[in-house]
Order: sequence, then C-alpha cells, then structure tokens
Amino acid sequence: MTRLVVGPFNRVEGDLEVTLDIAGGVVKAAYVNSPMYRGFEQILVGKDPLDALVFAPRICGICSVSQSTAAARALAQAMNIEMPENGELAANLVLATENLADHLSHFYLFFMPDFARDAYAGRDWHAAARTRFAALKGSATGDALPARAGFLNIMGYLAGKWPHTLAIQPGGSSRSVEEAERIRIFAMLIEFRGFLERRLFGDRLEAIAALDSEAALRAWMDGHAPDASDFRRFLAIADDLQLERLGRAADRFLSFGAYPLAGKPLFQRGVWDGRLSPLDPAQITEDETFAWMGGTGKPLHPSEGITQPNADKAAAYTWCKAPRLGGKTMETGALARQAVDGHPLIRDLVATSGGNVRNRVIARLLEIARVVPAMEQWCRDLKPGQPFCRQGAVPEEGAGMGLAESARGSLGHWLTVSRGRIANYQIVSPTTWNFSPRDAAGTEGPLEQALAGTPVGEGEQVPLAVQHVVRSFDPCMVCTVH
Amino acid sequence: MNTLLNVVWLQSGGCGGCTISLLNSDSRDLFGSLEAAGLRLLWHPALSQESGAEALEVLERCASGAERLDILCVEGSMLRGPRGTGRFHMLAGTGLPMIEWVRRLAARARHTVAIGSCASFGGITAAGANPAEACGLQYEGELAGGLLGARYRSDSGLPAVNVAGCPTHPGWVTDTLMAIAMGGFGPADLDEYQRPRLYTSHLVHHGCNRNEYYEFKASAEKPSDLGCLMENMGCMGTQAHADCNIRLWNGSGSCVRGGFACVRCTEPEFEEPGHPFSRTPKVAGIPLALPTDMPKAWFIALSALSKSATPKRVRDNAVADHQVVVPQARKPGTR
Repeated sequence: MTRLVVGPFNRVEGDLEVTLDIAGGVVKAAYVNSPMYRGFEQILVGKDPLDALVFAPRICGICSVSQSTAAARALAQAMNIEMPENGELAANLVLATENLADHLSHFYLFFMPDFARDAYAGRDWHAAARTRFAALKGSATGDALPARAGFLNIMGYLAGKWPHTLAIQPGGSSRSVEEAERIRIFAMLIEFRGFLERRLFGDRLEAIAALDSEAALRAWMDGHAPDASDFRRFLAIADDLQLERLGRAADRFLSFGAYPLAGKPLFQRGVWDGRLSPLDPAQITEDETFAWMGGTGKPLHPSEGITQPNADKAAAYTWCKAPRLGGKTMETGALARQAVDGHPLIRDLVATSGGNVRNRVIARLLEIARVVPAMEQWCRDLKPGQPFCRQGAVPEEGAGMGLAESARGSLGHWLTVSRGRIANYQIVSPTTWNFSPRDAAGTEGPLEQALAGTPVGEGEQVPLAVQHVVRSFDPCMVCTVH
Repeated sequence: MNTLLNVVWLQSGGCGGCTISLLNSDSRDLFGSLEAAGLRLLWHPALSQESGAEALEVLERCASGAERLDILCVEGSMLRGPRGTGRFHMLAGTGLPMIEWVRRLAARARHTVAIGSCASFGGITAAGANPAEACGLQYEGELAGGLLGARYRSDSGLPAVNVAGCPTHPGWVTDTLMAIAMGGFGPADLDEYQRPRLYTSHLVHHGCNRNEYYEFKASAEKPSDLGCLMENMGCMGTQAHADCNIRLWNGSGSCVRGGFACVRCTEPEFEEPGHPFSRTPKVAGIPLALPTDMPKAWFIALSALSKSATPKRVRDNAVADHQVVVPQARKPGTR
C-alpha cells in the first residue's frame, strides 16, 4: 500500500486535497480534505437578518445567486411572504443564468482541458482535443468565454451585477423590468441558444432534451462525426476511455427541486435510489466526527447545528462536516436533479451504469438544453408594470429554511432569529454533501466512495482518472466549508 | 515586447468571485489580449492545466527565484487563524499555510497585486468577530499592516496594488495588469489606500441612473422602487470610490441599477458599516452619512428646497416599480 497526497487540484472552485491509499494499481481508500475555513456561520450570528442577503452570496463567487436564493427563501419563510409572479420569474431567470453559465464553465474551462494532456497523446482524438480544449489556449476558450459573458449580460439587467447581487429579495426582485429590457433579455437568450446549437450540441436544444434513452443518445451520437459538435466529441472520448465505468458512488440522488412557479417547480424535489421517494428535510443531519469541529459530537439537524472550529482535533482530516439524509450519504448535482425529475435519458443511464463521470457530464449538458427553452418562456411571461416585489418585515422571533438547487446541487440555509437578530445560521452546500468525510459509522462520503477502485498508473503523481472523477462532480470548495 | 511577464495567481480566504468576475470581461478574447499585452498566466488555480505536483513545481520555482515572478496576484483574504498559525488554509499538497506561500512569493515578486477587497483589506471574511483572523496583504481594515506589513515593497518599489471591490470589476483587473505591462505604473497611479486611481478617481454616484431622483430627493422606500436609494435604502454611492456607473457591470448593470444599495464594497471595512446594509442610519430623520465634501447644512437646505420643487412625475415614480407617470412630450413651438 502506498499513500499519495494530491493537491492543489486545479480547475475546481477553491482548494482541495485528496489523500489516496493505493495498492495493485487502484485506489483502495480516499480521504477528502477541504483545506480552508472562513467562518460565515460564525460571522452571521448577531447580524440583522436581512444582512444575510449581503453575506450569503459572498460565500461563493460561482454559486453566488444560489446562496442569495437560499438566504432569501429562509428569510421569506421567517417573514411569511411569497413572491409575486414577476418576482418568481425574475428570480428563476437570474438563478438559471448562473447555473447554466456554471455548467458551461465546468465543461469548457474545468473538465475538458484534461483530455488535452500529453498523457493521452496516443489516442486518435488527442490532437483534436488539444486544439479545441487545451487550458486557456484551446479554440473552445475563445468561443465559450464570450458566449458565457454575453449570456451573463442578462445579469446586468436583472441582478445589477454578477457575482454578488442584492436583487434577490425575500419578497421578489428589487429590479423591475421595462418592456424594452424584456426584449433585450430575450435577444440574449436566443443569442446564447445559437452558440449552444452551433458549437456545443450541433443540434436543436429541443432535439437534445428529447433524447429519451441511452440507445437514442447513441443513435444521435452516431448520426454525425465527433467533430460535428463539442458534445459529440465528449461522447466519443467518454466511449474510448470508458468514463461510464469511472467514479460511481452509492447511486442515491438528492434534489431540493428547482425553479418554482406558483408552487410548482420546473424540476421536482425528492430522492432517487432506483425509486422515487419524497424529501423529508427533517431527516438531514450533519456529523462532524472527522471534521475539525468541536461541537457536541453527535449529528445535529442544521436548524440546531453548531459551528465551532477546532484545528487540533486528532481524528479529523477536513473542515467539512458530513451531511446525511436519514443517516445516508447523498449525491447531488445535475445528474441527481435530472434523475429525481425523471428525465428518461438520465433515468436510463443511471439504471444501466449508475452515477459516474460520463453520466454527470451528460446530465449537465442535457440540463442546459432543457433550461434555456424554459428561460425563454419565463422571459415571455414577464409582465412589465405588474409588481416584482412584495414587502414584509422580519419578526423579532422566528425561523426559516431556504432550499435551492445550484449548478452543483442541493443547497440549504437554516436561519433562527431571536430579538430581531440572527441567533443561528447554518449552511449545507452541494459539495458539502458530495465531498463529505466519513461519518461516525465510518461510512465514506460520495467522492470517497467514487474514488475507491479508480485506476492509478505506474508513477502517476496526479492520477488522471482521479482528476476526472473529482472534476466530474464540479466541486465548489469555497461553498463546501464556507 | 521581447519577453512576456510571468503572472502567478493565488486564491485564499475569499469566494473565488474575483476570478469568476474576470471571466465576465467584455473582451472578445480575454486571454489572447492579455498575452498580446505581454502577460503570461504562468499559473492560475481555476484556469491552468497543471494540478498537484506539476502546479507546486511552478510555485516552488518562483519562490526559489529559478523562475522570474513579475506579477503576483493574490485573491481572497489572508487567513492567519487559528491563533496566528495559518492553519485555516493550508495550501493543498504542501502542508504549509497559504500565508507562508504568500510571504515567500511576495518577497520575489516584481509587482504584488491584491485582487478584490478581501486580499486588499480583509473584506467580508473579516466581518463580525473575524473568526479566521482574516486580513489583507498590507491592510487590516483601514489600518496599514496586514500580512506583509505597512513597509512591504515589491521589487518594483511599489506597495501591494489593491484592486479592491467585492467582487472586483473585470476591467479594473485587466486595466491594472495592462498598465503594469505597459510600463511606468508608479506611486502616483495609486490612491491613499493603494488602489489604482484609474477606477477610484470616481464615485459610484457618478453616472447613477437614479440621478433625477437624487436631485429632487425623491426617495425609494422599499425594494424595487425606482427612487433614490440614499435616504432610506442604505446606498453609499456618494462616498464609494469606483466607476461602477460609468464603466457598468455585465454589459449594462450596477448595484443601483439592480435596485439595491451601493454598500461601498471598494472601501476598507465595508463589511461592517455599523448599521444594517439596506437601511440608512438617520438622526432626526436626516441621513448620518452625507456626501463627504459638501457642508451638511447646505445639503439639508438644498434637500428641503428640492423636495418642495419635486415634480409629481418624479415623486410618484420614486415609490413605484415602474414609471406610473412618463415624461410628457413637448409640443413644438411651446416653451
């Protein structure tokens, strides 16, 4: 058995260190360390409750709006107010803009550059992958960055700026939209659609969203050569490297449900583990056995969670707590969201090969194809002149839970207000779920499970397969510990 | 230009949002332009290919002097805790606190640039009781000092350049880096908090699209109102140094254009304003913080006067989320 400490991991958001025990050319055990602690949950205590809207987005520069959304929803529950239709539409548009921009960044800037590495020089797709996807230099960077920035100009209208907006309020949006602006937002959406259909998919978004089985995906893929689009190129590489056999965790998927409108989400809430069950947020706990945290020692529901760092705790190996649902680990993200929602392609892929590197990437791209048409509809449905924001007051005593889906998965905020101030604030982020350490029972977190069995080549200092598995989760380390 | 300037970028106690903001640049070819301007991104944690041992080799070569380090960019605050050990951020794979890496690299750098308010002053991570003992490269809030000490100078003779903002604007970063690459960027280009004057010589108030409401003191009372955000909603745009409403964000945006207060995010200690961010503190109905270079009595007198002269259109629209009264067309020939 040899031990390898890998870090820093480039092209993930924030810092990450993974310790690998290796024997017989495969990973036997992995220990995931989120090596940075800032203390937002401590900072927020004692603040005016509405100040959470300033602090929460600054937990993360890439999931900024998701954090705003969860905070606004927790406050809204405490204030007992709901958004008007325009508020929900605007908030959905802002969150979807962030989530899709993040999916795009992940694919083009974080994930695909690994296939440009010299280690793959013998593969027949390598030259093409290097030209297109090499970090910073590939032609895809030149295409995708301006497309992303242009798409994010929607934020200039709806959120003032991104990241770190204060436009998402408990009662709706602080930014009303004029008719001319509504049209310009629509123009940005169809421009983004154009990029996606030309470069990413080489097909209509609706054709991608309609793929309903692995067989249908395969038939679509075989319809054109791999150089017809970036998605086809990825699928061909995934086939060659058998990425569907890499990075499987426990195949239990969690989604808080995304993009609500009048009480009904675009993507439904629940848990998928081969069958669908409803989500009971009361079953969420955080265990800190292996975290540098010195609380009570027993798993707590986030509404009564404690954050008390203790850098000297002997058994610990990360700042990240271990969230569990009913005592079990959960994988979250686009794959989970689409599996829970019941998209037939994703359900079929998960039934055949589970959660893995290939399926996680497919789910992200499928989600782009599903959400852009929804955004176009939300934009059509905006009604300039009608209210965008309802008003309310934070009670002196109260509590609220805010659940949201970020690009990376399920995000929850739990707020307690006492004497008009924040008495407790707990945050459980998507990567807290995915990159959690072991719990008191010794059960590994999802990434730790997914890394077990991953091949490590002779002399590899930064094993490539390990990097694919890590990046397939699109981790956000700054959210993880916060 | 015969040699490119080596740029190394580190991220520590922040949210990564300044890098994400940089990617929002309106350049049609961000990295190509930077390279054409003479800047080579030797290593960036979110963007470069190198991971693990490959990345550490780059950092080690720069720290030892084997590779020239022309510009060190540091994003995120410096986490000195717990109890000064720096263990709140050990750079992955190194067993060393990030603050140690920053000290080593800053000692070699020709220029040191703090990207964002966290790296400049401590920023949001230093709020509340500052549990992580966060500070900036050369400031702890408004106090000079920070991780590197007030007397630190990079090889160029300049102190750390503070490209403050939360996040910082992509243009502030690219303009600063290009100014350095073009040569001649000197002490006179920095303001009293070591920020590049190229964006801090303006106030957020300059170019504010709510200016007509400001002139008439027609004020918003609740989120989504169109009126001026200063009197009630906590806006500090008249005191915040930045060109947000001239340069604009994400194409056409800014905080005030988004309907919410400027929280002075380019200033030291913005994270602790001493009052709820979105509520203006007042004494006897008068906002405490008025424009810094205007006599208070005059401001109050002018406010009273302009309030009494406010057109109905401006007064009504200020407290609505859309124009309930639109400007009237003037018939030709009338005066």
